[in-house]
Amino acid sequence: MSNTAVEFHDLGHAYKPGHWVFQSYNAEVARGSIFALLGPNGCGKTTLLKALLGALKPTAGKVVMDGRSAFVPQLFQVTFDYSVLDMVLMGRARQVGLFSQPSVEDEEAAMASLERFGIAHFARHPFHELSGGERQLVIFARALVSEAEILILDEPTSALDLKNQIVVLDWITRLSHRDGLTVLFTTHHPHHALAVADNALLMLGGSKYASGPASDVLSEENLHALYGVDLKLLPFEHKGQLHETLVPVLPYASRARKEPQLPLS
Amino acid sequence: MNQEGFLNVTESTIAGSNPALPRVFFTQKYGWAVPVLLGVGLLLAIVSSLCVGAYPISPGRAVRLLLYLVWPFHSSAGSQFNLKELTVMRIIRSPRVLLASLAGMGLGISGTALQGMMRNPLVGPDIIGVTSGAAFGGVVAISLELSPVWLITLAFCGGLLAMVCTFSLAKLARSSANSMILILAGIFIGAFFLALVGLVEYYGNIFRIRDWIIGSFVGADWTKVMTIAIPTLLGGAVLMALRWRMNLLSLNDLDAKSLGVNVSVLRWTIIALVSLIVSAQVAVSGIVAWVGLVVPHCARMLVGPDHRRLLPTAGLLGALFVLGLDDLTRSIVHGGLPVGTLTAVVGTPIVCFLLWKSQGKGWGHE
Repeated sequence: MSNTAVEFHDLGHAYKPGHWVFQSYNAEVARGSIFALLGPNGCGKTTLLKALLGALKPTAGKVVMDGRSAFVPQLFQVTFDYSVLDMVLMGRARQVGLFSQPSVEDEEAAMASLERFGIAHFARHPFHELSGGERQLVIFARALVSEAEILILDEPTSALDLKNQIVVLDWITRLSHRDGLTVLFTTHHPHHALAVADNALLMLGGSKYASGPASDVLSEENLHALYGVDLKLLPFEHKGQLHETLVPVLPYASRARKEPQLPLS
Repeated sequence: MNQEGFLNVTESTIAGSNPALPRVFFTQKYGWAVPVLLGVGLLLAIVSSLCVGAYPISPGRAVRLLLYLVWPFHSSAGSQFNLKELTVMRIIRSPRVLLASLAGMGLGISGTALQGMMRNPLVGPDIIGVTSGAAFGGVVAISLELSPVWLITLAFCGGLLAMVCTFSLAKLARSSANSMILILAGIFIGAFFLALVGLVEYYGNIFRIRDWIIGSFVGADWTKVMTIAIPTLLGGAVLMALRWRMNLLSLNDLDAKSLGVNVSVLRWTIIALVSLIVSAQVAVSGIVAWVGLVVPHCARMLVGPDHRRLLPTAGLLGALFVLGLDDLTRSIVHGGLPVGTLTAVVGTPIVCFLLWKSQGKGWGHE
C-alpha cells in the first residue's frame, strides 16, 4: 500500500461543454493526514467530492483512491425515523451480502463503534431526535464501522454551534492521528482548516488553485484572493506550542470602533 | 480534556443533548412479536373468512373441509361432507380467500418497497402510475382475448412502462429525487394510462371492465390464484431478501453509493419486482386502490421504519386488510360490491388521520 491515499491529476469537470467548474487540478493526500478543501459557494467543492467518491465521472483527468472510503454528508436528513443503531449498521453494507441481513457480529461492531464515540446510550433512540452534533458523531460511527480508511466530509461543522464544532474538529483530529484515517473535508471556515488540516487546497476558480501545507497555503494573500475579504493571521501560544488562527477584518467595524474607554477609577 | 488533550465526548459535552428527551422505540424491543402475531392472525382470518358468506359453515367444519381439500387421501372424511359445502369451499371460497390474501400481501410489500426506495411515504403503486399501466396492459390482453400468461405479461410490460415513464418525466424536470415532482409525474402518467384504458374499453367494446377497474375478487378461481401466487411469492421472496438494502436506498443516492451500494441496479431490480407483483394483482383482480399507500404507514407505526421487520409486517397487514374488507363485502352484499370501493372508502380516512397525527412530519422533505 502506497503512502498516498488519494491523488488526482489534471482533474476537471464541466457540466456544459466549455464551462469548466474547475480544471487541471492536481493534489496528493498522504495516508493518515488531514486535507482541507476551501472555496466560495459555487466553486465546485461538492462536485470535486463527488468525483473523488466516484459518484460523478469527471470530464477530464483521473482520480486514484487507494483504500475504502466513507462519506459524511453536509446536512444529514433521513425520510424515515430510523434508530441510531439502524443508522450505524448501514455502514456494514460492504460486509453484508446482497441478499443477506446484518448478523449479530455486525450489530456488535455497530455498538462498539457507538461506544467509541461515547454515544452508545443513544443506540435505540430515533436518529431524528438527536442534536446536530450527536448526529454528526453517529455518522462518524457509521463511517468507522464500515472499516473505511479514507473519510470524506462535506462541510462537517456547517450546521453546528460552537461547542459541537469543536467536538467534531476534535474527532477529526483524533481519527486521523490515533486511528490513522485519511480525512478530506470541505469547509467555509479557514480557521478550522488551519486548526486541524495538514494540507489544504484553495479552489480559486477555473484552473487556478493553491495547494500545499495548510500553514503555507492559508496565507492572508491567498485567502484575500479566494474570498475577496481581509483576514489576519494571529499567532498564539498554547501548552508551549506556537499556533496560528485567522480572524476577519470587518471593513466598517474596524473603522467605526471607538477607542476602548478606561474604567473610571 | 483527557490525557491525550482531547475533549471527552460525553452527554454533557454535546450541546443540546438531553438523554431523558429521546424516546426509546417500543418497536426496537418487541418488533418481531408484531409480525409473528400478525402471521397467527392471518391464519385465523383465513379460517374465519372461509366461514363467511351466504352458505354458513362453522369454523371447526371449515378447518376439517380445508384439511380434506389439501390432503383428501388421509381418511374417509370425504363422506362426512355434502356436495354443496365441498363445492362452496373448493370452487368459491378457498380461491377467493387466497386471492384476496395474496393481492393484499403483494400490495403491502410493493407499497413499502416503493416508499423506501423512493424515500417518500406518499408513494404507492397506484400513485406513481404502475397500477394504471398494468391495467392498460391487462385490458389490451382482454380485448385481444389472450391467455392468462399473456394477460400477466402485458400487464407487467404496462406497469413497467408506466414506472419508466414516471421516472423519465421526473428526470426531465431534473428532479427525479424530488418527492412532489415524482408524485406529480406519477399522477400524469397514471391519468394517461387510465385514459388509454378508457379508449380500449370504448373501441374494444368490453363491458366486464368496470368491476376490473374498481377492483374486485368476484369470479375468483384456481387459475387466478396460480396467476397471482407465482409472481407474488417469487417477487416477494426476492424483495424479502433485499429488505435490509431498502434501508440503504432510503438514504440519499450519494450517501448510499459511498456505502458501497449499486443504487441504480438495486433500484431497477426493485422496480421490476414491484411491477411484476402489482401486474399480477391487477391482472386477476383489477385496481385495488390505496392498499399500497395505507398499509405501509400502519405497519411503520407498529414496527418502526427498519425494512427488516417492516416488509414482512406490511405483507401480513396488507393480506389482513384486503381479506377483512373482502369478507365485509361478502357478508354485507354477498360479494356484489367491488372491494376496491371499500379499500378507498376505508383507506382515505386512515391516510387523513395519519397526516393529522404526524403533523406532516416526514411527508414532504427528502
